Amino acid sequence: MRAFLFLICPVLLFLGVSYLLPFLGIVQLSFTDPDPGLAQYSRVLTEDLPTGVIWRTLRLCVLVTAVSVSCAYVITLLWVRGSPLVRSITELCIMIPFWISVLSRAFGWLSMLSNRGLLNTWLQDMGLIDSAIQMTRNEFAVVVGMSHYLIPFAVFPLATAMRNVDERVLTAADGMGASRLRIFWQIFLPMTSSGILGATLLVFVFSIGFYVTPALLGGGQSVLVAELIYLWIFQIPQWGMAAAMSVVLMLGVGGILYVLMRRYGEMAK
Amino acid sequence: MNRLRPGVIATLLSGLVAVFLLMPLIAVIPVSFTSRRYLSLPDGDWSWRHYAALFEDAEWGQSLLTSVQVGLLASFLAVALAAAFCIGIWMLRPRGAGLMTGFVLLPMVAPPVVSSLTLYFFLNKMARWNDIIAYDKLGGVVLAHMVMVVPYAVVVIMVSLSQLDRRMDLAAQSMGANVPTRVFGVILPNIRFGLIGAFFLCFLLSWDEIGVTLFITSVETITLPRRMWMGLRDNVDPSIAALSVLLICVVTLLVAVRAAMLMRKERSR
Repeated sequence: MRAFLFLICPVLLFLGVSYLLPFLGIVQLSFTDPDPGLAQYSRVLTEDLPTGVIWRTLRLCVLVTAVSVSCAYVITLLWVRGSPLVRSITELCIMIPFWISVLSRAFGWLSMLSNRGLLNTWLQDMGLIDSAIQMTRNEFAVVVGMSHYLIPFAVFPLATAMRNVDERVLTAADGMGASRLRIFWQIFLPMTSSGILGATLLVFVFSIGFYVTPALLGGGQSVLVAELIYLWIFQIPQWGMAAAMSVVLMLGVGGILYVLMRRYGEMAK
Repeated sequence: MNRLRPGVIATLLSGLVAVFLLMPLIAVIPVSFTSRRYLSLPDGDWSWRHYAALFEDAEWGQSLLTSVQVGLLASFLAVALAAAFCIGIWMLRPRGAGLMTGFVLLPMVAPPVVSSLTLYFFLNKMARWNDIIAYDKLGGVVLAHMVMVVPYAVVVIMVSLSQLDRRMDLAAQSMGANVPTRVFGVILPNIRFGLIGAFFLCFLLSWDEIGVTLFITSVETITLPRRMWMGLRDNVDPSIAALSVLLICVVTLLVAVRAAMLMRKERSR
């Protein structure tokens, strides 16, 4: 019993005081600031600004998820099934960006896409365009930057699924004369669907609470949920609204994660 | 046996994804050598001024120091808390172990912006009580980083404990060893690599942490990512390109060395 107190309790106490209690405080705030009642929730879910931001976030996150998971699928294919040399090259291409700070990566995209950046300078030097194309401070840049950040995360569940594919099934299909394309569409892709689902939900959950990349590359032009919460805390203080939005976000992400756990639990049986 | 390798189309598409992943990391290199004060490519005259600025400007050095301090303190404390918790769960196997572990992993799965708001709320309240663990103070940042990295430490240590032979602990117990002897004499020495791994992971995560740090600091305690953010948000400062190039070089070197070591290990088998 004393071991329990000394070993298990410290971290529970630590997180209870510094994380759970303040979160409950935020939940309380969402019902009381500025007026008691459900007013904040009804504003978050009906007013034009928050609902517009929620829809934009969902739309962009669906797009980002689709881009990241398909890009990740292609490169994972090479990472898992390529020749040893190809495997080590792709591994470097996945791992190097993965370990690099989110800020350096956002800055990299600014260097690529901004008006005096690499892409615009090249295009102008080649005479393809006269004046710089605006490629940052818009949704395009946000989708590019977020997908770039999330591709490595999508790779890991996909790689697990691809490694579990039974080689003999593929060899059998090959022996029976199925074309490469047919083997891919009718056998390989369905057999890795659990990885696709896992990667999709993981990337979607990650993207939805994301702040840094959209704020830097969107340049305040396309505000997402996380940035709206930031604005409501620091720029136009509306703590109750920020709290209500956080609770909504938490519930949404919690729901998705619940589905993910259930699905993986079923597959593990 | 000759297994099915990815075809030409898959290789080509992966090549495009690889270019997409590496492009922004390469794009910062020319930008870091510009002679201008704003983001641009060097037109003819390459200059080291932004690298020099990193070393001359005391603020960058101060932020580096802050980041190292926060990283070391937060990782050390987080690993200590996590190790105690994991060993407690492993030794005592209490009822509700799953529930307690789930609670400790909460900061890892909650959307970062919700955690940020929660910690901001907490440190804001603490600021009325004391000057150390408070908003925009070193202690506050350390505490917030601890909350964010503790779940990762728990995961790593749990994995290394799951590989530990339980009979070793039982042997010690049957010979009359008390709990401290079992923990310090038997368990801790056997999971030391897990502890070191957890410490490094926590340090890396804290070193890169920006989402929460942005909410809980303003002018006094500025970590390196936080200073990068300031330079990116206000006016895109090419010093950040220089810093990014240095960070990218370090990461690339580490990832490449690790890959080479793994390849040599595989070959020697």
